[in-house]
Amino acid sequence: MTKLLQVDGLYKSFGGVEAVKGVSFDLEEGELLAMIGPNGAGKSTCFNVINGQLTPDRGSVKILGQDTTGMKPHNICALGVGRTFQVTATFPSMTVLENVQMVFLSARGRLSTVHRTVSRLFVEQAMDLLRVVGVESQWARPCGILAYGDLKRVELAMALANRPRLLLMDEPTAGMGIKERLTLMKLIGKIASERAIGVLFTEHDMDVVFAHADRIIVLNHGVLIAQGSPAEVRDNHEVRRIYLGSYAR
Amino acid sequence: MGPFIVQFLTGLSNASALFLVAAGLSLIFGVSRVVNMAHGSFYMVGAYVAYFAISWLPKGGFWFWGGILIAAVVVGLLGTVVEVLLLRRIYRAPELFMLMATFAVLLVIQDLALWVFGAEDLLGPRAPGLDGSIQILGALMPEYDIALILIAPLVLVGLWFLLNRTRWGVLVRAATEDREMLAALGVNQKRLFTGVFFLGSFLAGLGGAVQLPKGGADLLMDLNVIAAAFVVVVVGGMGSIPGAFLAALILGELTSFGVLFIPQSTLVMMFFVMAVVLVIRPYGLLGKPEGVEHTVSELAQWPLRKASRKLRVTGAVLAAVLLAFPLFAGSFQLILIGEIAMFALACMSLFFITGPGGMVSFGHAAFFGGGAYAAALFVHHVNTPMELALLLAPTCMALLALVIGWFCVRLSGVYLAMLTLAFAQICWAVVCQWGRFTGGDDGVLGIWPSPWAGNEVIFYYLAIIISGGGILALRYLLFTPFGYAMRACRDSRLRAAAIGIHVRRRQWYSFAVAGMFAGLAGGIYVFSKGSVFPYEMSIPRSFDILLSVLLGGIHSLSGPVVGSAAFIGLEDLISRVHFWRLILGSIFILLVVCFPQGIAGYFSARFAKEPGDQEAGSERSG
Repeated sequence: MTKLLQVDGLYKSFGGVEAVKGVSFDLEEGELLAMIGPNGAGKSTCFNVINGQLTPDRGSVKILGQDTTGMKPHNICALGVGRTFQVTATFPSMTVLENVQMVFLSARGRLSTVHRTVSRLFVEQAMDLLRVVGVESQWARPCGILAYGDLKRVELAMALANRPRLLLMDEPTAGMGIKERLTLMKLIGKIASERAIGVLFTEHDMDVVFAHADRIIVLNHGVLIAQGSPAEVRDNHEVRRIYLGSYAR
Repeated sequence: MGPFIVQFLTGLSNASALFLVAAGLSLIFGVSRVVNMAHGSFYMVGAYVAYFAISWLPKGGFWFWGGILIAAVVVGLLGTVVEVLLLRRIYRAPELFMLMATFAVLLVIQDLALWVFGAEDLLGPRAPGLDGSIQILGALMPEYDIALILIAPLVLVGLWFLLNRTRWGVLVRAATEDREMLAALGVNQKRLFTGVFFLGSFLAGLGGAVQLPKGGADLLMDLNVIAAAFVVVVVGGMGSIPGAFLAALILGELTSFGVLFIPQSTLVMMFFVMAVVLVIRPYGLLGKPEGVEHTVSELAQWPLRKASRKLRVTGAVLAAVLLAFPLFAGSFQLILIGEIAMFALACMSLFFITGPGGMVSFGHAAFFGGGAYAAALFVHHVNTPMELALLLAPTCMALLALVIGWFCVRLSGVYLAMLTLAFAQICWAVVCQWGRFTGGDDGVLGIWPSPWAGNEVIFYYLAIIISGGGILALRYLLFTPFGYAMRACRDSRLRAAAIGIHVRRRQWYSFAVAGMFAGLAGGIYVFSKGSVFPYEMSIPRSFDILLSVLLGGIHSLSGPVVGSAAFIGLEDLISRVHFWRLILGSIFILLVVCFPQGIAGYFSARFAKEPGDQEAGSERSG
């Protein structure tokens, strides 16, 4: 069986700073893989390389067995990759519904359509997704005036709309209250298992990580220092020393 | 060898004057993000003040240079006044509005200069002690040019010292890097901006004053120098003083030698160089990419709304009035209204890419005038009937826009705008110079509608239907996936790419559509006028279109129509009056200060009733 995502020996430096140094890992279908590590460990850089935002100096990324190293983000998206950002990125001048409709339009190759208005295209499908993530009541409001937690959910709906096989979520619950975090992660886990989506996510809140991740990889100074099940990572001596330090006690 | 060296040195002295103006412009942009259209006016005022100061002061070398310094200081103070009274009020408005404000200042200063200094071109006084020439290998070189060559490096060193070795300079550089951070650190931005404006204007005044013995003073200096100064700043990289120096040297030499080979090519050559540089190095020779897209984030707060009931009714009434108009209007009014409609279509096409598309074009007249020329040339050379010409004009302009757009969508913000300006200038030059095919300055005459449309009432209806149809088509397009995809790219490039949108390609297509509709407007326009001249493709024409769009407001779909009606109406009303630029400029200034969202934008915000609008408003101010 081909792996959903295979990252092999990734290197990326900015100027003189080596942000990622030889990171390798992979991801199975339906799996929730958490990438953790202190600030500056190279998590976002990894994400941006996988997503195509950045080109790695060395190493390769394979998605569904296809080498995507150096491909552009819009082409990687077409392979079935959904992405949410650390700082939410939506289309602020469009309504919640229209934001999700855009993904359908893009995924179905309808962006050059001129004989119909957006208000008649993919409305039902988009509303269904909004119901799935729980923001259907906000559908008519522009994203520019939405509360942050709702924006995160809209982003999730957008990431799901092109029927992705792989979800890349950079801090999906950042800026949310603790209760809301757990609900949202539970939702993500449910969607992932129902649709057999692999999810790679970063997270700072260890409660969220250890409660929801199937597997955890730990980065420190751009190096992958440990991986395994939550229990294994929790017991890993090096992780405790370098990363969990204060948390463990 | 001698003439060659002299030509080289002349290039250096040209570069010197260019650098002084460009350095001030770059400094002001770097810190305050104001694209100062009035900078050329400061240069012109510098030349005039120097002339009067020098003729009033006693003779002698000391007093001559004293007069030049006085002129620079006076202009510096003038810049300070403009900053404190006008710009300071609108720093929070979109960048484009500041552009409009400074353009208004340019208009006001044009007329004030005419009033204060008189219409006569002034011959500059000779510099005492430097009024001879020296021999270089048998060729003559004016002594004053040698002095000019020395001034630029002196100013560069002085600026370097000021920016790198003083506390104030450190703050200026910090503000160029990151304004918000500097404000967060508690630096008084107001005083800093005013200081920078003084320095920038001082340099412009100095530039105008020192070139006085060489070029004299006249009322066209402002527009002539501002185009060149922008090219220098953009080629060098906006905000970079060393970049401006480098670019001034390159362009000064190029124009100096270019004159030898292709005499009328100087300005076009500069724009050509700029186009090449921007394609290879999108942020200029020594410039850095913009960290944040300012305009875009601001614009993105404005949702697109379907026409409200009220607007539909207004539109229907307007359409009815326009259709019934020939019943009670004379032929003059019919022509005027027809031209407003065509102009409104051109404005709508610019609005299409500027507002919802987030791509500002400073050279939209290339497509408007280009459409007019395309139609005219088909009629003139191969006797194409009007109906076919009206199809060919937009087709040709769509193709032209595909070519120009391919380069332009690689850039964003001011750089994109300047590249469109460069291409427009190149197109304009081609039309001017290729006299055998295009008629050159004499234009193309005798382009009349087909016999069935020759009647002025029928032609009026034709103009209204084509222009109105075009405007409605563009408006409709904004509500289709095509328009939404374009808007998505403006709202968030990051998100657009992440959901699989090819950002550049969407922008490219949109650019072509805008060019096509502008070409349609130009095509029908030429049949209304009966002739076309290079002016229709020139920079002032591009600014007419841009100003109308801004006047109406870039946040409102009806903005372009309101704006162009207001613009043509105003022009028609006051262009027969003396000092009409002063009046027009003052109106613009008033509008910018009172209605920072444009006329239509103001009314739609003022009378908005939906709850969403209120929230959008409070969000913005928060």
